[in-house]
Amino acid sequence: MANSGRVSLRRNISNGVANFLCIAAVILVLAPLCAIFFYLIVKGAGSINLAFITHTPKPVGETGGGFGNAIVGSMYILGIASLIGVPLGVGAGIYLSEYGPGMFCNVIRFTADVLNGVPSIVVGIVAYSLIVLQQKHFSALAGGTALAIMMVPTITRATEEMLLLVPHSIREAALGLGIPQWRSTLSITLRTALPGVVTGLMLAFARVAGETAPLLFTAFGNQYWNFKMDQPTAALPLQIFVYAISPYEDWHKQAWAGALILILLIVVSVALVRYVTSRGVLRGNH
Amino acid sequence: MGAGIKVEKLNAFFGNTQALHGIDLAVNANHATAIIGPSGCGKSTFIRCLNRMHETNPIARAEGKVKIGDTDIYGKGTTPVEIRRRIGMVFQKPNPFPTMTIYDNVASGLKLNGFNDRKQMDEVVETSLRKSALWDEVKDVVKKKSGASLSGGQQQRLCIARALAVDPEVLLMDEPCSALDPISTAKIEDLIFELKENYTVVIVTHNMQQAARVAEFTAFFLMGSLIEYDKTSSIFTTPADKRTEDYITGRFG
Repeated sequence: MANSGRVSLRRNISNGVANFLCIAAVILVLAPLCAIFFYLIVKGAGSINLAFITHTPKPVGETGGGFGNAIVGSMYILGIASLIGVPLGVGAGIYLSEYGPGMFCNVIRFTADVLNGVPSIVVGIVAYSLIVLQQKHFSALAGGTALAIMMVPTITRATEEMLLLVPHSIREAALGLGIPQWRSTLSITLRTALPGVVTGLMLAFARVAGETAPLLFTAFGNQYWNFKMDQPTAALPLQIFVYAISPYEDWHKQAWAGALILILLIVVSVALVRYVTSRGVLRGNH
Repeated sequence: MGAGIKVEKLNAFFGNTQALHGIDLAVNANHATAIIGPSGCGKSTFIRCLNRMHETNPIARAEGKVKIGDTDIYGKGTTPVEIRRRIGMVFQKPNPFPTMTIYDNVASGLKLNGFNDRKQMDEVVETSLRKSALWDEVKDVVKKKSGASLSGGQQQRLCIARALAVDPEVLLMDEPCSALDPISTAKIEDLIFELKENYTVVIVTHNMQQAARVAEFTAFFLMGSLIEYDKTSSIFTTPADKRTEDYITGRFG
């Protein structure tokens, strides 16, 4: 009896220690995120007002003005990037998981992993020479393409991993019903993996949303509104960059506000997409 | 109505390994035929050759002749997709589509093949669930509950309903009760009895009592070869081959 009491005391203590370490790890991970958010709110919230999100920048020396064109421009460029990057990435992921294995698949996988490690400025140069040099001017399309190139490897690998998690028996059930392979892949395998695939999409989206380097010589930035695909376009990261390195105090404040808006934009769009897809998928589970 | 199946000189391979050696066997329409034999003897491979599921494994191939009714399933111009619509399959582990409701699970074979008539779909779903003896248990929740929320036995009956909904002529069952408790097993066995009236049933089983209970005919496989095929009563009382006798009396396997 005495012996077993000692054993359980030891187990209780080690359990407590392990619990404490886990909680400490969580706090350590969350701390920087909270700190960044808190700091941005302290520094930037004061400069956010209606004019900031609806107006274009004012010339140097005039006060006021806003990031309206940059906010819309960022959404525009990210929209283009998603339109190009999501179908390509998901398609490649489907190919890797459903039509592999094979030499070709290994090549794609290797290429995707390498592409994932390519510095973003290099991706910018690629988009610059592919599109900007051909069109002879900077454009939203070039910016979107650069970001799309950065999204594709993340999406491809995430889609592949998530599809591979779908049990083989589910695919067999579909094929056994006489459902064609493509239909079964889209309506059953992909659908089953959707929450995971969406997480991958959101990771890729959030990663490129804050990218500045690939936009420097593709989207270039713009002081005015632009809704044309083939014209230079303002983007939040670019605007923040320009304002942050400027010598003017009120520009610094606006840069902080812009950074806060950028983070809010990412958080809101990720939360929104998650909510919509989870509702769609869970409909069957109630 | 069910259709008969005629198998001639069927060989099946995984890569360089031959899994089936020259199987000749005729399955009678509207009867249940049991396939028995020790693990790894090719039972599953055999029935997977009957609806061309065998070839979904990239290293697998089959040669020989398999006819359902008058159709040569490996003949020119026949596609796996159309064959699988005529020859349904129920797997060892219940595998309902996890993201779908009970209703959508049953309707999936029709819906995903472009069938869209709502009224008729309701009817098919209900009849299929009635045939698989699941309707009374789930009728109030067919459109609310997910197929994955059912118990194991119910899931397997859901899978049977799903297979029946596309109106096949033959139902292949690959150890359909091996993951189920005795009560669910009894329900499925009763079900097989009723299904025989309208479908041809081929069932792989490890349980010899089960073969004796549900099947009129039994085939005994050993190491990829068909050893003996006869009326179930003859196989279990007066087997012609010594190896069959050894197996059913439990001397090996």
